[in-house]
Amino acid sequence: MTFFLQQLVSGLAAGGAYASLALALVLIYSAMGLVNFAQGEFAMFATFIAWTLMVNLGVPYPLAFVLALGFAMLGAAAIERLIVRPFERGPQLGVVIVTLALLSITNGMAGFIWGYVPRAFPTPFPQNPVVIAGVYISIQDLGVIGVSLLVLGLIYILFNRTKLGLAMRTAALYPDSARLLGVSVGGMLAVGWGLASGVGAVSGILLAPSLFLEPNMMQQVIIYAFAAAVLGGIESPIGAVVGGLLLGVLLAMVGAYVQPLADLRLAVALLLIVVVLVVRPSGLLGQVHVRRV
Amino acid sequence: MAVARARTLPSNGMLGFLAVLAIVAIAAPFLLPSYQTLNLSYALIFAIAILGLNILTGYSGQITLGHGAFLAIGAYASAIAQQKMGINYLLTIPIAGVVCGLLGFAFGFPALRLEGIYLALATFALAVAAPTVLKKPAAITGGVAGIILPPVTSPTEFLTDDQFFYIVCLGIAALCFLLAWNILRGRTGRAFRAIRDGDLAAVAFGVNLASYKTLAFAISAFLAGIAGALYGIATGFVSADAYPFQLSILLLVGAVIGGLGTLEGAVIGGFFSQFLPQLSQQALSSINKQVANAAPSVTQGILLLVVMVVARQGVAGLIRSNVHRLRYPVQSGDDTPAAPEASAQTGPL
Amino acid sequence: MRFQPAIKRTVVILSVFALAACGGTTSSGPAAKTASDVGITKDQILLGGTIALSGPAAAYGTIAKASNAYFQYVNDNGGVNGRKIKYNYLDDGYNPAQTVPLTKQLAEGSDPVFAMFGGLGTQAQVSVEQYLNSKKVPQVFVASGATQFSAEGKKFPYTFGWQPTYQGEAYIYAQALLKNSPNAKVAVIYQNDDYGTDYLNGLKKGLGSKASSMIVAVQNNEVGAPDVKSQITTLKASGADTLMIFETPSPAIKSIATAAAVGWHPTIYLNSVAAPVPYVGAAQKATGSAASVDGILTVNYVKDALDPANASDSGVTLFKTILSKYYPEGKTTDAFNMYGMAVAYTMVDVLKHSGDNPTRKSLVDALNNFNESDNPFLAKGVTAKNTPNDHYTITQEAIYKYVAADGRYAQQGDLVDVRGKVTYQ
Repeated sequence: MTFFLQQLVSGLAAGGAYASLALALVLIYSAMGLVNFAQGEFAMFATFIAWTLMVNLGVPYPLAFVLALGFAMLGAAAIERLIVRPFERGPQLGVVIVTLALLSITNGMAGFIWGYVPRAFPTPFPQNPVVIAGVYISIQDLGVIGVSLLVLGLIYILFNRTKLGLAMRTAALYPDSARLLGVSVGGMLAVGWGLASGVGAVSGILLAPSLFLEPNMMQQVIIYAFAAAVLGGIESPIGAVVGGLLLGVLLAMVGAYVQPLADLRLAVALLLIVVVLVVRPSGLLGQVHVRRV
Repeated sequence: MAVARARTLPSNGMLGFLAVLAIVAIAAPFLLPSYQTLNLSYALIFAIAILGLNILTGYSGQITLGHGAFLAIGAYASAIAQQKMGINYLLTIPIAGVVCGLLGFAFGFPALRLEGIYLALATFALAVAAPTVLKKPAAITGGVAGIILPPVTSPTEFLTDDQFFYIVCLGIAALCFLLAWNILRGRTGRAFRAIRDGDLAAVAFGVNLASYKTLAFAISAFLAGIAGALYGIATGFVSADAYPFQLSILLLVGAVIGGLGTLEGAVIGGFFSQFLPQLSQQALSSINKQVANAAPSVTQGILLLVVMVVARQGVAGLIRSNVHRLRYPVQSGDDTPAAPEASAQTGPL
Repeated sequence: MRFQPAIKRTVVILSVFALAACGGTTSSGPAAKTASDVGITKDQILLGGTIALSGPAAAYGTIAKASNAYFQYVNDNGGVNGRKIKYNYLDDGYNPAQTVPLTKQLAEGSDPVFAMFGGLGTQAQVSVEQYLNSKKVPQVFVASGATQFSAEGKKFPYTFGWQPTYQGEAYIYAQALLKNSPNAKVAVIYQNDDYGTDYLNGLKKGLGSKASSMIVAVQNNEVGAPDVKSQITTLKASGADTLMIFETPSPAIKSIATAAAVGWHPTIYLNSVAAPVPYVGAAQKATGSAASVDGILTVNYVKDALDPANASDSGVTLFKTILSKYYPEGKTTDAFNMYGMAVAYTMVDVLKHSGDNPTRKSLVDALNNFNESDNPFLAKGVTAKNTPNDHYTITQEAIYKYVAADGRYAQQGDLVDVRGKVTYQ
């Protein structure tokens, strides 16, 4: 039983990491209907900025956090306006290719500036785990899940309780009507990129203590985050969190209890996700599009 | 019907162009150094792979982020047939194609239920899982060590090994493109495009969605299998970790850069995939070696952006609209009609 | 550098032979320099290599840059017998479709190289091994610990490994276990590729008949997996008291940190790739406890520049001087830079002993009869040597134990030599 609970905690902890980045993917998808493959790299870069501020310049953690967040949001909004914008009227796959180019550029730049040696990153949470009935629970991992839920709440409030959120959703869903209503559709896209990048930066800074900061830190996480976001329903922020936690637990349980397949845990988990999608083609919590064909 | 068919037959000018292209392609290995011949072989292999991807994504609108998995399976099918069954390597190429075609057909069924980003994830899952799964049955696939293949040797003294292998690749590529052209200009091609441009309309016109969608998957995977077999033979070594999911992404980038929904786009994409890293490094090296080596990922990314800015509909689209402009200078005011089908919706991603 | 007398004679005879063949002077003074072979001119030796500067394995790219820095240092101090080394390394992005044509380009392009040096990656280098040997182009000091580059001297006479093999390293751990704690219950975590599997196989071979009883649990992870939480939890539950970590640095650090986070404190054996002080230090910082890393066991063959024990070491000083002058953006914390300089040092050493007018043949002869014991970038006492059938180059490693209180490693016992103990299946 202790073993099961410990695996459950491990899975949830890993899943919290996927969920936190998945939220950023959901935001960008809601804003412009595509996946930004550079999202993880933006998060990594912002985390390096925070690291430089703290370790090289002695800026205290909270201030460094806020500055890195601001850098990530403004930087991504600027990238959207300057680099991505010309492609937004073309085919969507073109924009996806542009995000892949941004991934390559950001990753290469970080490697050049900071090198590839993994480094420890400060955590705002206590380092000692709590032990409940023999199960070790990391406060750091709990913190990631907690902050993800907080971000989830903020996104909910933004989309459902603020004019900005309403304008963003209108711009994404009905760009022509939005223009008639005086909403700047282009401006909303920049805001969407900025917000998604901000959420990504929070994810990067919170995950860095357990992932160890280096240029490739987020590259694998984004694969799992992508799977989690789609499993949950790509336009659903709650789905992203549920999908992330589920994926984490699924991977842990397959590894722990299906021993002959332990080294296939990732393949088995992905297969199960595809099966779920075949049954529910819009993800667990996504809106089902009714088709009468 | 007759009209439609006549329109899709190549014009005299087009035939002339193709003849020149064929002569250049056949002459190339005799004029270029050996390593460039090998580069060209790889470019042709990627062109075949991207052709398959293009049929699925560019022509029938089903996004795939998992094409590399079929390349891996094709390479293994060929290597296993050579090593375990002693089959001549040239014969293993169609075998690999058929194995992948059948698997692609099977994968097409669950894919029927999925669209856009959900289909993208399902195919992506394939790409991510393939290396692990292929490593598992070590007795057959060689596990993590992979399978080492003998190098290709030319059967005639008139051709070097590299020239011979290039001719093999060129011949197979020509057959694949001919096959694709033949499929795409006919009823099947129209059905694919109808599906891409809107399922409902396609159904209204009597297109059987399920059979054509799975057929697109099968053809696409068949071509990937052929390309995978050639890739394994060219490299002389088949190992699961040489087919990471990044390979699938590279193929998608090649397809979009070349131009989705065009046959020439697949060729351009193949050359782009093979030569972009080398050309960007060479160009920069001639200016400053240190800068060139500092962070090639950055220069590759920037070059990719530049190509996208110049050719937003893919390079094929750029060429088509310019040819159109040259031919009909009076109409050059509106250059839209010549834009290729790349602009068509491929579903949200 | 100590050459055995017989070998010294061979080299002298060879040089004379080469001179005679080139119609050079037969006087006993220094020979006139000629363009004695492909890639050699009277004032330059051209080496080529492929390495990942971009793509998923770009972290290794720094090896070639550090090697190049060392070559430039040598060039500025007289070069090799009066010739300067030019190292033309190209980015293959860890993608064999690039490695194969790029290698051909370097070997037979417009400016063909004398030898390939420091090619990176098991898969990539296997893909060109047959080709280079058929063209008689030396494939020197492949940057991989896979056994096949060292063990097959007969089949591939032009291919040479350099670093100790992964199997050999794991063999040393096995011997240490059998000697010091024969009743240990061993858990293993490894990366599920040829690299991690080689280590696991070496451990099993080393434990021999006791492998099945001593190894109580084995878990693996995919290349680049973001965490190893579930694996470590499973290993802990096996009741093991010893943990073998066969990983690249990032998952290795995560394994150490996760073990501490689930309250598991086994004796840890950490493979040398992940063992340098900066990595272990990162794990210590993340866990906030010295106990989590104290007593970690590893082996070492390259000097650790960040180990305070080496603070005043002349090799480390030279390393830092060369790095800051010729490769200023290179990081001293990155152990791959030390690796790059160490392997470049051996290369220069071999070239110096390939005669006044080196040929590919004389290079291979020098490689086959090589015994270097003064490489300043290798750990104390480690020698690099080869025989015609045995291209392992470095086979000695000593066990080191991490002393967290001092943030440094302490050597445990003498160097262990595994030459002849690991073979290629």
